[in-house]
Amino acid sequence: MPILGADMTAGTLIAWRKQAGDQVRRGEIIAEVETDKGLIDIEVFATGVLERIVVRPGQTVPTGTVLAMIREEAPVVVAPVTAGVAPTVAVPEAPAAAPTPAPERMRVSPLARKLAAELGVDLATLRGTGAGGAITREDVEQAAAAKPAAPARPRVDVARMRRIIGAAMTRSKREVPHYYLAQTIDMGRALDWLRAENLKLPVTERLLYGVLLIKAVALALGEVPELNAVWQGDQVVQSEAVHVGVAISLRGGGLVAPALHDVQRRALGDLMRALRDLAQRARTGGLRSSELSDPTITVTSLGEQGVETVFGIVYPPQVAIVGFGKIVERPWSVQGAVVSRPLVTATLSADHRVSDGHRGGLFLAAVDHRLQEPERL
Amino acid sequence: MTRDAIRATVLRVLGDIAPEADLATVKADVPFRDQLDLDSMDLLNVLVGLHSALGVDIPEADYPKLTTLEACVDYLVGRVPA
Repeated sequence: MPILGADMTAGTLIAWRKQAGDQVRRGEIIAEVETDKGLIDIEVFATGVLERIVVRPGQTVPTGTVLAMIREEAPVVVAPVTAGVAPTVAVPEAPAAAPTPAPERMRVSPLARKLAAELGVDLATLRGTGAGGAITREDVEQAAAAKPAAPARPRVDVARMRRIIGAAMTRSKREVPHYYLAQTIDMGRALDWLRAENLKLPVTERLLYGVLLIKAVALALGEVPELNAVWQGDQVVQSEAVHVGVAISLRGGGLVAPALHDVQRRALGDLMRALRDLAQRARTGGLRSSELSDPTITVTSLGEQGVETVFGIVYPPQVAIVGFGKIVERPWSVQGAVVSRPLVTATLSADHRVSDGHRGGLFLAAVDHRLQEPERL
Repeated sequence: MTRDAIRATVLRVLGDIAPEADLATVKADVPFRDQLDLDSMDLLNVLVGLHSALGVDIPEADYPKLTTLEACVDYLVGRVPA
C-alpha cells in the first residue's frame, strides 16, 4: 500500500485490474485503492508477471503493506513507498491466488487489439467472428457495448479528509519552521501574450493563465533548487525533476494537490492538457498513485475566489509552497509614470531548515522575471 | 439541431464535468459557476466538451456569453453545423 502523501496511514483495496499470471508493464494501472483522497489508481513500478495477489478487494491495510508480488528477474513488491517514510512491510494472511494459465494464442487484428486496450475489453473473453476465428474490431466494439456501465466512483468522505488535512497541517506547523515572503508581479505582458496566443488556438488547445504561473515556478526553481525538495529524517533531499503539486479544491469540500510531472521540461500546451486532465480526474476520481506521492513543491492559486494574498502552509515532506492571489488592476509605476496594470501577489511559504529569506526572495524574483518573458515559458 | 437537443447536449457535457451535480435542478439563468461550483478549468472543459459534441469552435472572446444554460443554448443554436 503506497504512501500517497505524508498524511496517509492506510488504504482499502477496492479492485484489481490485473489477475495473477498477467503480464504487467511499468506505469500500468493494476489496482484501485480507496484513500481519504478518494479512489486512486495504483500504478506498477516494474515490468514482469503479476505472480501473487496478497491483499484482496475490501481489505484495509496500513501503508507499506505488500499488495502483490511481481516476478521480474527477482521478486519485487508492488508500489514502492514514498521517499522519506520508512515502510512497515507486513504481508497479511491471505490465500494466494492460483496463477491463471497462460491463454492460448489468440488471433487478433492489430486494430482490435488496440481498441480492446482503449475500451478495457478483455480479449480472452471474446470469441472471434473473423476469418479463422480471429477477433475483429466489431467483436471488440460489441463486447464494449455489452459491458455494464462502470460503477460510480465513491465520493470522498469530506469529514475524514478534513481530519487528515488537519493532522498534516498540524504536523507542518509544529515541525516546519515557516517563513513567508510576498512579491507583487505585473502580469500585463503575460496576459497580453496569452490573449494573442489563444486567438491562434482552437478551444481544445487554449491556455489558462494558471499554467503560465506553474511553468514560471518550475523554471525559477532551476535558480533556487533547494526549494524543490523533500525533507527526509533530518536532511533535505533535492529533486532534479520538478513535479509540481497543483492544489485542486473538490466540489463539496476537500482538497488534493496531485503532481504535474516534469513541469520544467514540458511545453505549455502539453502542460495545459495535462492540467485539464488532472483537474478533471481529481474531481471525478481516477488520480494515479504517482501523482499523489511525487510532488516536490506545491502551487496554489485562490484568485478565482477573490483572494489577493495566499499564506500557504508547507505540505510535508515538501519544503515550500507557492501561492498566487487574484489578478487586480492597480496603479503601478512604470518608468516613472503611474499607470493601471494587472497585478498579482505571489507568495512563498518555505521551510527555514532548508532555505532562508534571501534565497526565497531570489526565487520570487525569478518567478517575476520568467513571467515578464512569457514567450520563453 | 433543436434548442431542446442542444440543451440536452449542454447538460450531458455538464454531467461529464460535474458528475455529482443533479442536472434536473440546474437553473437555466443562473451562472454555472454559482450553482455548480465550477471554476475556470471546469468551464474550459465544458467548452471543449461542447466543441467535441457539436463541432462549434468558441472564440475566447465569447466565453462570457456562455455562463448559463440558457445563454449556451442561445449562443449555440445558430452555430451548430447542420
